[in-house]
Amino acid sequence: MGDTHNNGFHSGSRLERLLRAGHFAVTAELGPPQNADGETIRKKAQLLRGNADAVNITDNQTAIVRMSSIGAGTIVVQEGLEPIIQMTCRDRNRLAMQSDLLGAYALGMRNVLCLTGDHQSFGNHPTAKNVHDLDSLQLVQMVAGMRDQRQFQCGDEIKGVEPRFFVGAAANPFGDPFEWRPLRLAKKVKAGASFIQTQLIYNVPRFAEFMEKVRELGVHKQVYILAGIGPLKSPGMAKYMRDEVPGLDLPTEFVDRMTLAAEGIDKEDKKARAAAWRQEGIKIAVELIQQVRQIEGVAGVHVMAIEWEEAVRPIVEGAGLLPRPEPAPLPSESAAPGAT
Amino acid sequence: MSEGALQIVAFCCHYCAYAAADLAGVLRLHYPAEAKIVEIPCTGRLDMLEVLHAFEGGADGVMVAGCLEGDCHFRTGNLNARRRVERTQAVLASIGLEAGRIQMFNMSSAMGKRFAEAAQSMTEEIRALGPSPLRSAVDGRAEILSEQGVAENAQGPAT
Amino acid sequence: MIVAEQKPLEEIEGLIAEARKVLVVGCGTCVTVCFAGGEKESGILASCLRMASKIDGAAKDVTHITIQRQCEWEYIDAIAEQIGEAQVVLSLGCGVGVQALAERYPQAWVVPGLNTAFMGLPTEQGVWEERCAACGSCILGLTGGICPIARCAKQLLNGPCGGSQDGECEIGRGTPCAWQLIYDRLKAQDRLHLLLEIQPAKNWSSSRDGGPRKITREDLRLAAETSE
Repeated sequence: MGDTHNNGFHSGSRLERLLRAGHFAVTAELGPPQNADGETIRKKAQLLRGNADAVNITDNQTAIVRMSSIGAGTIVVQEGLEPIIQMTCRDRNRLAMQSDLLGAYALGMRNVLCLTGDHQSFGNHPTAKNVHDLDSLQLVQMVAGMRDQRQFQCGDEIKGVEPRFFVGAAANPFGDPFEWRPLRLAKKVKAGASFIQTQLIYNVPRFAEFMEKVRELGVHKQVYILAGIGPLKSPGMAKYMRDEVPGLDLPTEFVDRMTLAAEGIDKEDKKARAAAWRQEGIKIAVELIQQVRQIEGVAGVHVMAIEWEEAVRPIVEGAGLLPRPEPAPLPSESAAPGAT
Repeated sequence: MSEGALQIVAFCCHYCAYAAADLAGVLRLHYPAEAKIVEIPCTGRLDMLEVLHAFEGGADGVMVAGCLEGDCHFRTGNLNARRRVERTQAVLASIGLEAGRIQMFNMSSAMGKRFAEAAQSMTEEIRALGPSPLRSAVDGRAEILSEQGVAENAQGPAT
Repeated sequence: MIVAEQKPLEEIEGLIAEARKVLVVGCGTCVTVCFAGGEKESGILASCLRMASKIDGAAKDVTHITIQRQCEWEYIDAIAEQIGEAQVVLSLGCGVGVQALAERYPQAWVVPGLNTAFMGLPTEQGVWEERCAACGSCILGLTGGICPIARCAKQLLNGPCGGSQDGECEIGRGTPCAWQLIYDRLKAQDRLHLLLEIQPAKNWSSSRDGGPRKITREDLRLAAETSE
């Protein structure tokens, strides 16, 4: 892996250390529940521990209210797994964002992914006010500024412990305008992003095109790009993603593969059909990981097994990425600050 | 209220419908006396406000008669009129008058018989609907609306 | 211009329910041009309310009058007599007009007949679209004349987001992606470099977020009023 920042670790997080050491990183997603039950987080953490280097905790994904990313992140830290908290611009203004980040750092979180956020009309509270005080680039700038300049967004100095996060952003190689996306990625890096997680990739050739442009700009050497890979659960899910999700490019061949997977199984045997579909979904995910690994500039994968955390292990294992490496301890580490 | 007292205002365009009505007269074709003809240069000239005033003034029905579609003397006047008639039907429904109290007919100036038929059919429809509810305030609007199954939130009556 | 549309008839009837004598006040400027509250619309609404109330068994006396603009005192002052005679004043002006009437005639009960929607323009006859959000610090010089505050669903300054597809915003409804429009415009004018700059966080205090706004031009104030 190429050089990034020469002035030491930003946050000392496990994810950062593994990426800096040149390992092909694996992150996964942990979806918080639509209720106040912490047990769900503990169960999911158990499924993911040892199978990923760090786990994203979504922030009111698709504008549906769920347990907060930071709240769930606290439990994840307790369970010995490293969280990547997600923060969207849709629900919070800059005061709430900075306040939440101070708390998150104090509670042991070290990675943050800065997102715009899906429009609230998609979710279960379409009548809410939509905030968007900042956009995702300004959020990246702000979080990096709190760390590097030890300043709040208004310019005031942070007296005392400043939050030192490993800052990430999202990239959609398939959004429009297509030719602009690598430049927008460069903009996020310029703003201070250290790692990128992409939208789900199914169209590998098109992603390769995107990465070529990224390499031309030299951006792959300035930021760690993790390719988003997610297992399909059914032909229905594949069709939905192909037709209804803006910014997602799912070639029809995957719809066909999923449909074929249940061929020969009795239509009434729902259990067997579901099992066959899931098996194929995992198989496809493993293939996709193997393919994107070949692309220069891809530093890891981000496995998005939506509400199917059980699939992460077989996928990561099938792709030959287990066991996950242990990062070398930090030079000053005796009792490590924050995440293990 | 006797049937003979029904009032239907027939807005007829000068170039086609009024000429057709004239021709019906010349040919001694019978059409109901309830239809009171008002000549206008083109049905496109007709505004919703004038139609509403006709109903306020006691009309039980309004007939709008214009040229055949595609043959309007002013090109698209009758097409605009049709859209306004449809809009007016929705407005009538929202205030408690039956949508069928206004209707549009198309004919050429040579179609005297057609005019007579149109006037006849309009009169029969209005007879079936009965005198306008505005003539007496006895029938509550809610009753009429529920009969028609009109939606609760009809749009306000802008043109 | 300000674009508005009439409230559903049933809602309007609810607002005037208590009154037997109603004055409908139309406005001759913005709401005339968007066919919501001009002379014609006021006349039609007044006629409808008369007929509907008569059919309901309790006929109301509904008259209408239209003034050039409901947002200027001089025009509002001219109808004091008519206002005084009404039990409820149904304003078909935009939200500004309704409030101006209410402020000038505090004893009158003024209700709105329109939902004021946005500042925009007719892109074609019969279709109006939002263009300006009155943020108070205009950046149209950076975006080729296309406003991301009014036209981007997320008010991004460094857009587009990942949901932009085929030039359409992720919210659908035929909404164009404002940042695709900006990109295309700047590309056609060979000014894409403007998009490489990171636009900093917006100062929203000049927008409605900073509180209700006021502009004073001392050079235009009349002597009598400045001596307060």
